[in-house]
Amino acid sequence: MMFDKYLIEAGSVRNTGPAEAPTGFAFEAKLGYYRGLTLSMVEKLDVAIDGNLLPREAVRFDEGRGPLTLDEMETAYDRRWAFGAKATILVEHPGGFPAGEHELSLTEQLRISYLPFPAVNSDTKRVKLAEAADAAA
Amino acid sequence: MSKIQRGVSLYSYQEEMFLGQMTVEDAIAHAVSLGARGIELLPEQNMPAFPNIDDVEIARWQDMLARHGACFTCYDMFLDTKLRKGELLSDDEQVASIRRDLALCNRLGIKNMRVLVFVRPDILERCVPYAEELDVHMGVEVHAPWHLEHAWILRTIEVADRLNTRHLGILPDMGIFMKHYPPAFRARFERQGARPEITQFIVDQHEEKVMAEYTIYEVAVKRGGNKAEIAMAETLRHAPYANPKRLKDYAPYFRHIQAKFYEMNEDCTDPAIAYDEVIPELVKCGWEGTLSSEYEGNRWIQDAMEVDSREQVRRQHVMFDRLIAQAEAALGAEKEPA
Repeated sequence: MMFDKYLIEAGSVRNTGPAEAPTGFAFEAKLGYYRGLTLSMVEKLDVAIDGNLLPREAVRFDEGRGPLTLDEMETAYDRRWAFGAKATILVEHPGGFPAGEHELSLTEQLRISYLPFPAVNSDTKRVKLAEAADAAA
Repeated sequence: MSKIQRGVSLYSYQEEMFLGQMTVEDAIAHAVSLGARGIELLPEQNMPAFPNIDDVEIARWQDMLARHGACFTCYDMFLDTKLRKGELLSDDEQVASIRRDLALCNRLGIKNMRVLVFVRPDILERCVPYAEELDVHMGVEVHAPWHLEHAWILRTIEVADRLNTRHLGILPDMGIFMKHYPPAFRARFERQGARPEITQFIVDQHEEKVMAEYTIYEVAVKRGGNKAEIAMAETLRHAPYANPKRLKDYAPYFRHIQAKFYEMNEDCTDPAIAYDEVIPELVKCGWEGTLSSEYEGNRWIQDAMEVDSREQVRRQHVMFDRLIAQAEAALGAEKEPA
């Protein structure tokens, strides 16, 4: 509960892989926290479409230094997600993001040392594929 | 003339900075425009390359401050004891992390470091020699629900006294002086479905300073409160009104204040935090340091309205000016022979 409504960058959803047979989709997101955080403390990035949670293994994170699985993030002690900075969330999802408008959810679970419990931030937005965004992919 | 300086923490503009609507330079320029020249920095927020800050970056900050006639007042450190999943940093690693921050603080030319309240006093004790060598005051943030005389805080005071050091103490966050329940909190819980009769009950209980657990049980169990109502009642656990008269007893231990606020009225009064009681105490005891604005209202209103951090900070500084002047006048009148 801090920046929840700003986590998903509206208009950033695009398919990945071949245009005729997308293998997944990607979107831009921010860290819901008032400072940057070392990636090892990002415990979960849950992605859901229309309320259906996609598998953890399907999600990759890239703040600009190359994609990591969520398991790899757990030991990424030398990489940070900076305050207010957009990172790319890549999701393996055969066929890409479904056609038309859908609810995309992102839930970030963070291990904040001074809090007794994990911090959980969540954003759900109705989004659709950005026009011709996959042309460059 | 009071020795209280006015300043602003960059934390105050987090909404606009997060959204890319303001840069740190915009924030510094705004603070200076209010006569608040002291800038409190959160390196982990405001320096994207943290912790790898080179001399070029430091020179860039110093140039920017000089251009605006501003100066740094305080460095807000963090300590990631939970860096690794499933195990805490060892004591040596915690000390090393704090040393890293003390060193950067010193390179930036900053004399005060805000230490998170959860950092153990025995860890800080081990850091005192480095703080002395680098001439940085480590101030443990006295943040609600802790307060000036909480036993955890007194442990730090005990260490500072025993070591007879001027480089370890506290750093009060004015959220500990919540005299009235913030209207911004109540309004948001009502938008989330809390019924006005329940929110009024919670506000009344806070006003009477009833201990939080009574109110929480009453709302959650006896009145069958909904999720928003229970959540609002639970905020009472973090809403203490500490006694402002105790400030003078602890004044030797702090040199910087985080002037927390959630919302300012249009007439430049604070509906929740008792600055009208705090500032006279600070003036009376001759406290020397910076009142550093820490606006934290964005998260309570962003669901329903545009956040205007600049206007909120401006109103707080109008209030500071007024209250400091009034307290000085009152003190002057007291000292005049009858």
